[in-house]
Amino acid sequence: MSQNSGMKTMLNGIIKENPVFVLLLGMCPTLGTTSSAVNGLGMGLATTFVLLSANVVVSLLKNIIPDKVRIPAFIVVIATFVTLVEMVMQAYVPALYDSLGLFIPLIVVNCIVLGRAEAFAAKNTVGKSFFDGLGMGLGFTMALTLLGTVRELLGTGKVFSMTIFPENYGMLLFVLAPGAFIALAYLIAIFNKLKKA
Amino acid sequence: MTYVLIFISAVFVNNIVLSQFLGICPFLGVSKKVETALGMAGAVAFVLTIATIFTFIVQKSVLEPLNITYLQTISFILIIAALVQMVEIILKKISPALYQALGVFLPLITTNCAVLGVAIMVIQKDFDLASSVVFAISTAIGFGLALVLFAGIREQLNMLNLPKGMKGIPSALLTAGLLAMAFMGFAGIVK
Repeated sequence: MSQNSGMKTMLNGIIKENPVFVLLLGMCPTLGTTSSAVNGLGMGLATTFVLLSANVVVSLLKNIIPDKVRIPAFIVVIATFVTLVEMVMQAYVPALYDSLGLFIPLIVVNCIVLGRAEAFAAKNTVGKSFFDGLGMGLGFTMALTLLGTVRELLGTGKVFSMTIFPENYGMLLFVLAPGAFIALAYLIAIFNKLKKA
Repeated sequence: MTYVLIFISAVFVNNIVLSQFLGICPFLGVSKKVETALGMAGAVAFVLTIATIFTFIVQKSVLEPLNITYLQTISFILIIAALVQMVEIILKKISPALYQALGVFLPLITTNCAVLGVAIMVIQKDFDLASSVVFAISTAIGFGLALVLFAGIREQLNMLNLPKGMKGIPSALLTAGLLAMAFMGFAGIVK
């Protein structure tokens, strides 16, 4: 496989098939963890790790796993990596672990991870699956960080905890639940518009 | 009394979809018609309650005594996947009518994060078995309420003439945002 096609597979995940803006997968963590840019980035990277590792392992095992039990087998692989992420985060970034809370174990049921394992890794070589996992993960991370940045900026006037707008500014709504839906709605609408242009 | 509080809190104040962001995929996916929304809500209520009971028992009688709670994520998701399969097979045998109504939605429920979410939440909140069951049922009712309300609005939304970019998901998300705002009005009823 040439360098070029790996790049292509990766870019495909970031832009053309962006899991959040285009495929509309993994909506729960997208909305639930993006109250700030840091949380969005952390969640994105955790998911990227799981996606990448699960994709590689699934594609390595694709000839060994019997077709009939492939879904449970994939879920076990994914859950193993999620547990790993959970333990590592709890040990090294406890603050982030606390603020992401329930959404870390819930990476298991993130449709992107199982979706890519089933639709891509189970049919492609290890190298290709690696780049697909990386691209999808980065696309997801990008979307979450973007949404987190927009919400943090509009909600508190800060980005990555750095003050951008003067004090006393803030539309608290955007940090709260309704703001998540509204911000994502406009981001998808903008993405749709840009994609057509 | 505590059960009433758990009920109100799970249905209105901390609505699983509109304030906890769990189960968004079916919320967006099967909310185009009120009828399918009702079917999905029924299937989720069914699986959510049974799954919570099973995972609770496994947590208390296997994982905690053996000190292997780090296997929680793996074991819970396997229990849920197996349960969904079993419910599907059993329903097919004993109640074909119910299977017809819920059948299409059942496989989708394995990846509904509300089910795994509630199973983990009741452990984190340190509920006993009875409270867990009340919590699971109330959460499912809250999910159903949000889903059916949303589907009702979306049916009307389809008849509007919207700008191209806003059609479909963006307008649906905006609607969900307004619904979430309405549900925020319940905040403060229960601590």
